[in-house]
Amino acid sequence: MKVMAQIAMVMNLDKCIGCHTCSVTCKQAWTNREGTEYMWFNNVETRPGVGYPRRWEDQVENKGGWVHKANGKLVPRQGGRLKGLANIFANPNLPEMSDYYEPWTYEYEKLLSAPKDSSALPVARPKSQMTGEHINAPEWGPNWDDDLGGSLETMQDDPVIAASGAEVKAQIENAFMFYLPRICEHCLNPTCVSVCPSGAMYKRSEDGIVLVDEDKCRGWRMCVSGCPYKKVYFNHTTGKAEKCTLCYPRLEIGEPTVCSETCVGRLRYLGVLLYDADRVGEAAATERDEDLYEAQRQILLDPRDPEVIEGALAEGVPRSYIEAAQESPIYKLIHEYQVALPLHPEYRTLPMVWYVPPLSPIVDEVTASGNDGEDGKILLTAISRMRIPLEYLASLLAGGNLAVTEKTLRRLAAMRSYMRDIHLGGEGNEEIAAAVGMTGEEIEAMYRLLAIAKYEDRY
Amino acid sequence: MSSETSLFTLGAHLRQGEASGDARQLFLQGGRQADAFYRQRFSHDKIVRSTHGVNCTGSCSWKVYVKDGMITWESQEVDYPTTGPDMPEYEPRGCPRGAAFAWYEYSPTRIRHPYVRGKLLDLYRAAKKRTGDPVLAWHEVTSDPEQARAYKSARGKGGMVRTTWQEATEIVAAAHVSTVKDFGPDRVAGFSVIPAMSMVSYGAGSRYLELMGGSMLSFYDWYADLPPASPQVFGDQTDVPEAGDWFNSDYLMLWGSNVPVTRTPDAHFMTEGRYHGQKVVVCSPDFADSTKFADEWLRVHPGTDAALAMAMGHVILSEFHVKRQEEFFLDYMKRHTDAPFLITIETEDDGQYTAGKFLTASDMGGELAASESAEYRLLVMDEDGSVKDPGGTLADRYGDAGQGKWNLDMPGVDPVMSLYADGGESVEVSLPRFDLVGESGPGTIGAGVIKRGVPVRRVAGKLVTTVYDLLLAQYGVGRDGLPGEWPSGYDDASGLGTPAWQEELTGVPAAAAERIGREFAQSALDSGGRSMIIMGAGTNHYFHSDTIYRTMLALTSMCATQGVNGGGWAHYVGQEKVRPITGWQQYAMALDWSRPPRQMISTGFWYLTTDQWRYDAGRVERISSPLARGELGDMSFADSLVEATQRGWMPGYPQFDRSSLDLADEAKEAGLAPGEYVARELAEGRLHFAVEDPDAFQNHPKVLFNWRTNLLGSSAKGTEFFLRHMIGADNDVQAEELPEGVRPERMAWRDEAPEGKLDLMVTADFRNTSTTLHSDVVLPAATWYEKHDISSTDMHPFVHTFNPAIAPPWDARTDFELFGELAELSSQLSVKHLGARTDLVAAPLGHDSPDELNTPHGVVPDRESAGWVPGVTMPKIIPVKRDYTKIAEKFNAIGPLPEKVGMATKGVAFQPAAVVEDLGKRNGLIDTSIGQRPAVDTAVKAAQMVLSLSGTTNGKLSVQGWKNLAQRTGHDASELAAGDEEKLITYADIVSQPKGVITSPEWSGSEHGGRRYTAFAVNKEYSKPWHTLSGRMHYFMDHDWMREMGEQLPVFRPPVDLMHLYGEAAPGQVLEDGSGGAEVSVRYLTVHNKWAIHSQYYDNLHMLTLGRGGQTVWMSPQDAEKIGVRDNEWIEVHNRNGVVSARAIVSHRMPEGTVYMYHAQERTMGTPLNEKTGKRGGTHNSLTRILIKPSHLIGGYGHFTYAFNYIGPTGNQRDEVAMIRRRSQEVTF
Repeated sequence: MKVMAQIAMVMNLDKCIGCHTCSVTCKQAWTNREGTEYMWFNNVETRPGVGYPRRWEDQVENKGGWVHKANGKLVPRQGGRLKGLANIFANPNLPEMSDYYEPWTYEYEKLLSAPKDSSALPVARPKSQMTGEHINAPEWGPNWDDDLGGSLETMQDDPVIAASGAEVKAQIENAFMFYLPRICEHCLNPTCVSVCPSGAMYKRSEDGIVLVDEDKCRGWRMCVSGCPYKKVYFNHTTGKAEKCTLCYPRLEIGEPTVCSETCVGRLRYLGVLLYDADRVGEAAATERDEDLYEAQRQILLDPRDPEVIEGALAEGVPRSYIEAAQESPIYKLIHEYQVALPLHPEYRTLPMVWYVPPLSPIVDEVTASGNDGEDGKILLTAISRMRIPLEYLASLLAGGNLAVTEKTLRRLAAMRSYMRDIHLGGEGNEEIAAAVGMTGEEIEAMYRLLAIAKYEDRY
Repeated sequence: MSSETSLFTLGAHLRQGEASGDARQLFLQGGRQADAFYRQRFSHDKIVRSTHGVNCTGSCSWKVYVKDGMITWESQEVDYPTTGPDMPEYEPRGCPRGAAFAWYEYSPTRIRHPYVRGKLLDLYRAAKKRTGDPVLAWHEVTSDPEQARAYKSARGKGGMVRTTWQEATEIVAAAHVSTVKDFGPDRVAGFSVIPAMSMVSYGAGSRYLELMGGSMLSFYDWYADLPPASPQVFGDQTDVPEAGDWFNSDYLMLWGSNVPVTRTPDAHFMTEGRYHGQKVVVCSPDFADSTKFADEWLRVHPGTDAALAMAMGHVILSEFHVKRQEEFFLDYMKRHTDAPFLITIETEDDGQYTAGKFLTASDMGGELAASESAEYRLLVMDEDGSVKDPGGTLADRYGDAGQGKWNLDMPGVDPVMSLYADGGESVEVSLPRFDLVGESGPGTIGAGVIKRGVPVRRVAGKLVTTVYDLLLAQYGVGRDGLPGEWPSGYDDASGLGTPAWQEELTGVPAAAAERIGREFAQSALDSGGRSMIIMGAGTNHYFHSDTIYRTMLALTSMCATQGVNGGGWAHYVGQEKVRPITGWQQYAMALDWSRPPRQMISTGFWYLTTDQWRYDAGRVERISSPLARGELGDMSFADSLVEATQRGWMPGYPQFDRSSLDLADEAKEAGLAPGEYVARELAEGRLHFAVEDPDAFQNHPKVLFNWRTNLLGSSAKGTEFFLRHMIGADNDVQAEELPEGVRPERMAWRDEAPEGKLDLMVTADFRNTSTTLHSDVVLPAATWYEKHDISSTDMHPFVHTFNPAIAPPWDARTDFELFGELAELSSQLSVKHLGARTDLVAAPLGHDSPDELNTPHGVVPDRESAGWVPGVTMPKIIPVKRDYTKIAEKFNAIGPLPEKVGMATKGVAFQPAAVVEDLGKRNGLIDTSIGQRPAVDTAVKAAQMVLSLSGTTNGKLSVQGWKNLAQRTGHDASELAAGDEEKLITYADIVSQPKGVITSPEWSGSEHGGRRYTAFAVNKEYSKPWHTLSGRMHYFMDHDWMREMGEQLPVFRPPVDLMHLYGEAAPGQVLEDGSGGAEVSVRYLTVHNKWAIHSQYYDNLHMLTLGRGGQTVWMSPQDAEKIGVRDNEWIEVHNRNGVVSARAIVSHRMPEGTVYMYHAQERTMGTPLNEKTGKRGGTHNSLTRILIKPSHLIGGYGHFTYAFNYIGPTGNQRDEVAMIRRRSQEVTF
């Protein structure tokens, strides 16, 4: 056992309002410079949708992440380092500018400087930030399909739809959507680090943050293609890779990341996890995609286990990290309550940003059927009647494992039923808790963490 | 399992790091030096607290980061006082729009210097050279038609020239002085909006303008954000729960309110409330951002919400009221609503029975009739069968006899809700309905009559019933033995009011309406009233918003939810709460120096100024009740505005066709009191209201000052009409003026409509907008990060500050500095041109004053019999002395009236003499011609004045106010401020941290003891009457005009049938577009933007990047297919009002037949020329226009009495229909 510490994040998608405040504060803080115009270390996607960059989840095309070979071994999907070295001048797996978007701006200054007797009201025309040329209208952006915009053109290209086999129709009767905020996953098993020919990418030993050494980076961009989440970007001005730093300059002085602190949905939790570094390889090489969530969860170590504490101290993990791990809200959400799931565990990078899946409204047929409203239990939505297909969520967050996905949703729903009785002045019904394998006490604790969610409890 | 390969091991060596056992992880020390870049980037010199001051009701406190004297970025403050251990906190508050603000600071759209349109500047300079005097120069340029036309026609066509502050403000001051001199001060108007979120920035400008005698234009009603149902039902402008109270709810309906987009910082209280089992029901036509959080989604056809609400009411009344007779609901209704009050039944000429008026003491003999204000003493039937006065009605509010009795105690009175008794007497009452298919005129569109029985008694020779009995009839809830047409059951689609009936109108399944109605009530029953409806623009921006809201509000009062934490209505549309309202009014309206202020209903102002009335063929008859008696029948909409202005129901500025300064002189010369003189002149036809001839040269508003606003890119309903008539610029008006025979009868028709009525359009802003581009003078304003100010909202209970992170760069100045300077210049110019004058202010009858006792029984007497009596049948005529040489002196000092006369808010009196003295010590004193006065010569001191003179921020005044109120109500509620008497929130206090306000009688809820604010808690818990006729929440309204409109009771009215009213195409029609293509007629809704707050932030590069970077219209795949348009293709949208060029966003989340154009997208950003007209593509409001609903104009009667932004015609805009076509994909700019 090699105990290591990782700063990780949980985002509760059930609370995400899709406001993009995280994206904007991140952009203002980190990427509003020349060369980074198109970069969003943090972005928010409407799902179903193709995301940013477009179809980043299509690893057949993008070749990100790891492949589990028949012999049980893992290799980067884009090939090992030798292959990488061979292709170093022509990385064939890179997204194109059009997959991100061509950043644009406007001729703002022409509004006030318009000459007298202009033939019409002055206007600021859009122009490309890459070429400086006029464009009549943008044709793609970092959030183009926001709120299902243009759904007939692109929604079916969402790789998750195909992968999950979920039936997703572009009809208002069947409409559903939810938001997926994304940052770098700061993976335990990061492909980007492994494929970097310059040794510029590294995972900090004390907290697991994955960073680019800007001095060493030679701009080969293997990390860009190696990352299955497409969260490493290429600065075309400096010629170097850049990525989410998990705001280490803030973490180092005890402040949460910008995206966490500014999240008005209050859905982000930051904390320390202890894990067994010796078992990372084994977990990542778990045979079936469906089992990866459990394997990933199992290498997390109980920070109150004396053996773990001893191991951690032996590895030089500071006491403060161990204490933080013991108080970690994310350990509770991931491991104790088991309501958080990793994003695309099947990429086998062991991503460290976890997500609580979203509930959704009931389908139209149920609305129209008029079931018995006297029954308090069904005031709240039953999982099986929800609009978001379970297959879709399972494919996004659990390697296609329907059972664990359903379990997390059922726990959320059970919490609502259980707490309703209490909020109406009654007692909690232990049967509800037991039905999802929890106690009433656990449910109340989970409720406090998810609903009351004080600042000091989130970070 | 191992994946060790030599290759990977090799990698570890190559990279000099520590490899994990399987070699796929590499832990490196490296890069720490290199990563200094990010540390450096994050480092900052200071963090300054500020916020964003207009357009948004968020009132979020922000950290502004400053490095090397430059603002770098911002993030939300997280230091709000706690909500307690069992509640989520108010941190962080903010949204992506606010987070992008710093972009403006150094952006290329920043206005860095003063600008004047070149053509005007040339003319002005030449004239000044000739005359040697700024005022004479302005007079010359504007009174010479040729010169005036020359610069006015250049508006919107570029040619702005940079100048100095001195020259720019000299022109503006000269325009003010010259206009006051030539036409009177009421020809000067100021437009700035929603002050709560930057009270001093608003107040400095309004203080200057009010001191000059100018008119401040309203905003809340104009935006159609004011729900007229609020004054109608509650007698209150709008009072709603803070966002934190959503969390307390157990059943939450989001009805036409897209909370994640429009209340972004607050949405979490809803998502978190769900976790304790709150059920969330979303009622929206599209799959909105809010729908994501719904347990159930009621997919309603736009604008038909009232039918759904009525059906839910039908279920609730049937099951919980009539069948189960739930005491909890019935007791509540009995005490807190007008349900038990008696209504007379009248017999029409043809023998039909109709609902009449409230039975009052004056209808009775004996003691009751002799009681004080008997005509306003509404009565109930007691359990003992006698008619009684329950107390707490308007009759107890103002007179001596009512002292200590204005409350809801009902001593010795136990009203019956219903007169129903087995075998009792009943009559069939005719009730208007508006749910039928429309036909071409004459008569009301789509209206009919339904007859339903109500139990009756005979009292004092009159047939009476109760409001409750009428309500049951209106909702189709029958009882054994009552005659009339009743539904056979919930599934009776022909039975008006049933779930099945509403399904045909709304598209919402009957079963869903039934279930949700039942659940809403059951949840209220189980939780003690914690069922809440968050209602928003999706239901409020309609012409008939009042009837929609009344049906929704009825649900909240039927289920005992108002005044309960977690329950009641929660209206969030442009609402605000200037928490320190009393002090703010003193400062901002200059009430410390002169009263009354001139405050104008914007909708009326723009309707006349932009000549939209000349195109409005709407007749009141087409929208009034089929049971109308014809009192409004022959009027055009415009005529009803004339009527209301003449009667003093609504303000009307410009007021007369003569200068109000000259009128004062004339009165003096004639030796008559001003009111007497004006009445005589009116009666003898020598004097007219300006509203009667708005196109006469002397009746135009001449100067419009815009600050904190973007009129032409945002709120201007009928933008193209604004451009044509008010500005005189290029426009795309498509409508024809009215032909002879259908023009308003009471207004003068001039053959040539004026173009460019304004002499001066001046705007202060920090960015370029449609408004700055059409202005004559543009002044560079400081941003929100460059000034001192204070902010509050009703979304949270805190007050907090703005502080300058940097000094205003370039030539920018704060609003406070700007208006201080104008005050100085105007004073100087006035020495020669104005001196001291008397101004006659024509003031409307005012709410929360005895003016409410002006229309017994709501019966409107005709003009002939009424005559002209100031303050009774016409506006009050109040002389106000104005020494124009002392404007600056007054601007900078607190005047004597607060301590001499006192202050009042909503009828609660405050005597602040000691506070003013204290302010003098803290702010310092300043010399004035009446001696030394407390100074307000800086923005911080102005803020101190606001904070000190309000009960919410000064505990002493709060306690005083509660005591004063207790004299009237007999109930001392000052315990709500207990412990806070010594608390005074100062500016410095809230620089360090936002502070929670003190519970004060200025508002109706309580924050006492850390309680979440909910409206009407004081009314419910302290027996305090609502400020209405009955002292209760109203279902029934008996004013003549309400009866004429068929809106005595909550009723379903569909969106205005524009096809039958104005000849527009019917929604859904596919026509040929004139060039061989197809165009489809759609419902055109202007919903709130996800990527902007009104037009602000829309032009922000970050927001444009996250949106689609230009004007767009959301439409359904079905509609897109009809016209062959694909996503992101260019379309043209047009109707009689104008033309818009935009791109289509095609999405299946949109319902067929309806399109959304996010409101206040700016045509300045990437909008091409219209293909059809060659003009710059329009903005969202190019397709709307003002529609005036006459019943919004009622005044002088109980709660139907005017106050600023309290009541008035709304600038509704959701009833529009527009045609969409795929335009040429070749665009030119």
